[in-house]
Amino acid sequence: MPKLFDFNQMPKENLLRYILKDKFAKYAFIILLILYLTVFLASFISPYSKEYSNRDKAYCPPSKIYIINEKGRLSLPYTYNYIRYYDKENFDTKYIEDRTKKYKVKYFAKGEKYKLFGFIPLNRHFYNVEKGGELYLLGTDINGRDNFSRLLFGGQISLTIGFLALLISFPLGMLYGGISGYFGGKTDFIMMRIAEAIMSIPSFYLLIILASILPANMTSAQRFTLIVVILALIGWAGFSRVVRGMVLSIKKKEFVISSEALGASNLRTIVYHILPQTLSYVIVAMTLSVPSYILSESGLSFLGLGIQQPDASWGNMLKEAQEFINIISRPWLLTPGFLIFVAVLSFNVIGDTIRDAIDPNSKER
Amino acid sequence: MNLLGYVIKRIFQTIPLLFIVSVISFFLIRLAPVDPLAELKLNPSITQETLNYEVQRLGLDKPVIVQYGKWLKSFVKGDMGYCTTGEKVSDKLMERIPNTLLLTGFVILFTWLVGIPLGIVAALNWRKPIDRILTILSSIGMAIPSFFFALLLLIFAVKTGWFPTGGLTGYNFSEMTRFNKILDILHHLILPVIVLFTISLSGLQRQMRGNLLDVLQADYVKFARAKGLSENKVIYKHALRNAINPMVTLLGFEFASLLSGAALTEYVFQYPGLGRLILEAVMKSDINLVMASLMIGTIMLILGNLLSDILLKLVDPRVEVS
Repeated sequence: MPKLFDFNQMPKENLLRYILKDKFAKYAFIILLILYLTVFLASFISPYSKEYSNRDKAYCPPSKIYIINEKGRLSLPYTYNYIRYYDKENFDTKYIEDRTKKYKVKYFAKGEKYKLFGFIPLNRHFYNVEKGGELYLLGTDINGRDNFSRLLFGGQISLTIGFLALLISFPLGMLYGGISGYFGGKTDFIMMRIAEAIMSIPSFYLLIILASILPANMTSAQRFTLIVVILALIGWAGFSRVVRGMVLSIKKKEFVISSEALGASNLRTIVYHILPQTLSYVIVAMTLSVPSYILSESGLSFLGLGIQQPDASWGNMLKEAQEFINIISRPWLLTPGFLIFVAVLSFNVIGDTIRDAIDPNSKER
Repeated sequence: MNLLGYVIKRIFQTIPLLFIVSVISFFLIRLAPVDPLAELKLNPSITQETLNYEVQRLGLDKPVIVQYGKWLKSFVKGDMGYCTTGEKVSDKLMERIPNTLLLTGFVILFTWLVGIPLGIVAALNWRKPIDRILTILSSIGMAIPSFFFALLLLIFAVKTGWFPTGGLTGYNFSEMTRFNKILDILHHLILPVIVLFTISLSGLQRQMRGNLLDVLQADYVKFARAKGLSENKVIYKHALRNAINPMVTLLGFEFASLLSGAALTEYVFQYPGLGRLILEAVMKSDINLVMASLMIGTIMLILGNLLSDILLKLVDPRVEVS
C-alpha cells in the first residue's frame, strides 16, 4: 500500500516549478502543451475538415513543399498536385507529381467553413493552398481524407478520453473504497471480495467484451460516452482497495468521531470528512493513470471496438495499418502510433517527476 | 505443515473469488441482447441434435437463475458447449492455452534474466548517468503501444525476410523433424516475445531498483558495512537476497498483465493464443467461446497469483495469509 501523503507537505504551487526544473519533465511538459493546444485548435490549424474526403486521391502520398524553385532560387513555399495513374506492369495504383502547375502555400487564408470550439464561425485556416491545389502534409487515407487534419481531430478524442474516464472511475473508486472501509465488517468483506473478483478478470478481456456488447446503431456521441464509461469501469477496483486502506486509518481520527457525535449521516461523514483526506493520493494516482487510459482507448479502437468511423481517433486510424501493403508502402499511416507514443511517454516522464516531488525519498523511478 | 496450512488457506480464499467472477461474467454476457445460439443456428453443418443439446445444456427455456446454475454445473464438469464453427469449446481452449503459456513463459523468463540485473545496476548507480539512462529507456519501453510496436516489427520482418510474419508454425510444419519443429516454433516466437518483453521489462527493472535501494538503507546493511565486509559481499550476500523476495509476488502481477497485454500482440502477429481466441470470439459473437475463455483466463490469472504467493511463502516463511 502506498504511503499516506501529507497534503500540507505536498509542494502544491511549486509542483509546476518542480516539473519545469527537471530537464526531461520540462520538455515533456512543453510537448504535451503543444499537443493539447494543437488538437484544441484543430479546426483552425488543419487545412481540411474532419469530413473532407477526396475520393480520387485515396492513399495519396504526402505533398512535398518546395522553397527553392526550379531555377535554384529561394521562393515562397509552393507545392504540386499529385496525379494518379495505373501501373500496368506492377498492377498498382501510383501517384506522380504534376509539375505543370505550382500552387502557393498560403497562411491564414480562407478555406472550408468551420466553427471554432463548436460555436465561433470562421473560415480562415492556419495554412492552406491556392484554389485548385491540394496540400496533404501527411498524405491521405483509404477514403482520400487528409491524414494530418484527421490526426488533429483524432487527438481531440484520444487525448481527452482518458481524463473523462478518470472523472467517473475515481469518484466511483473513492466512494466504494470509502463505504467499504468506513463500515468495515461484513460489508467490507463482501465489497472487497467483489472488487478483487473484478481485478482478477484480465482487464483487456473485460474491456473488449464490454465494448462488444454495445449496440451498433448508436450516434457517435453516444458511442463516445459509453466508451468513456467502459474505460472507467476497468480501473476503479484496484484504486478503491487503496482508498479503503487509507480510510481504515482515517476513520479512527478525532474529527471523524466528532462528526459522528454531531449526528452527521454516514454518507456525509464519508464524503465530507473522510474522503477529502485521501485527495492528495487520489490526485497523484489520477495523473499517473492517464497514460494507461490513452493506451486502452487506442487498443480498443485499433480492434474496431472503440471509436468508430467516420470519427477519428489515433487508435482507429492505425486500423488501416493492419494491412501489409499499407505498412510497407504507405508509412504515413503509422503517424498516429508515434503520437500515442509521444503523448504517453510525456505523461510518464511527468508522472515520475510528480512522484519524486511528493515523496523525495521515493526510489521508485 | 505450516506451508501446507498456508496453501490450503489460500486455496479456500480463491473459491468465493471464482464464484463472483462466474456470476459477473455470466450476467455480463447475458446482458447482451444476443441469442446465444444465433451463430450456431446459422451454421449449416451444425445438426439439430447439437442445437437441442445446447438448449438443454444451457436451459434456455428456463429462468436466468436456472440457466446460470446449469451453465456453472456443466462448466465445472468441463463441458463448455460448441463454438460457432462446430468444434468443442474445450478442445479449442486446450489447443490455445499451451500456446499462451509458452509465450508468457518465455517473456517472464527473459524479463527476469534481464530486468533483475538491470535493476541492480540502476540501484548501485543511483542518480548517476547509467541510472538516468536506464530510467529513460524504461519510460520509453512503457510508452510504446504494444500493437504499434508489433506493427513496426512486422514491417521489419517483411522487409528483411528474417522472421516469419505471423502464426506459430510454418506451412510445412507437419513434414519437419522434431528438432526442426522446435526451431520453427522458436523462430515464430521471437517477434511476439520481443514485443511483450520490451513492455514488461520496464516495470520489473524499476521495481527491482526500488527494492534494492530500500534494502541498501536498512540497518543490517549498514551494520554489514560497518563491520568491514567488502562491498560485494554486502550487496550480493546481504542486500540482494532480501531485495529479490518481494519480486516473487510480482510474478503473479506480471502474469496477469501479460494475459491482458498479449491479446493485442497475439492479434497483430496472428499468434494462436488465448487472447486472440477471445478477441475473435467477441467479434464473431460466439457466446459459448467468449464465456469459457473469459472464465479460463480468470482462472489462469488467479492460479498465477496463487502460485506466486506459494512461491513467496517458500522463499520467505514469515508471510501470512491476510
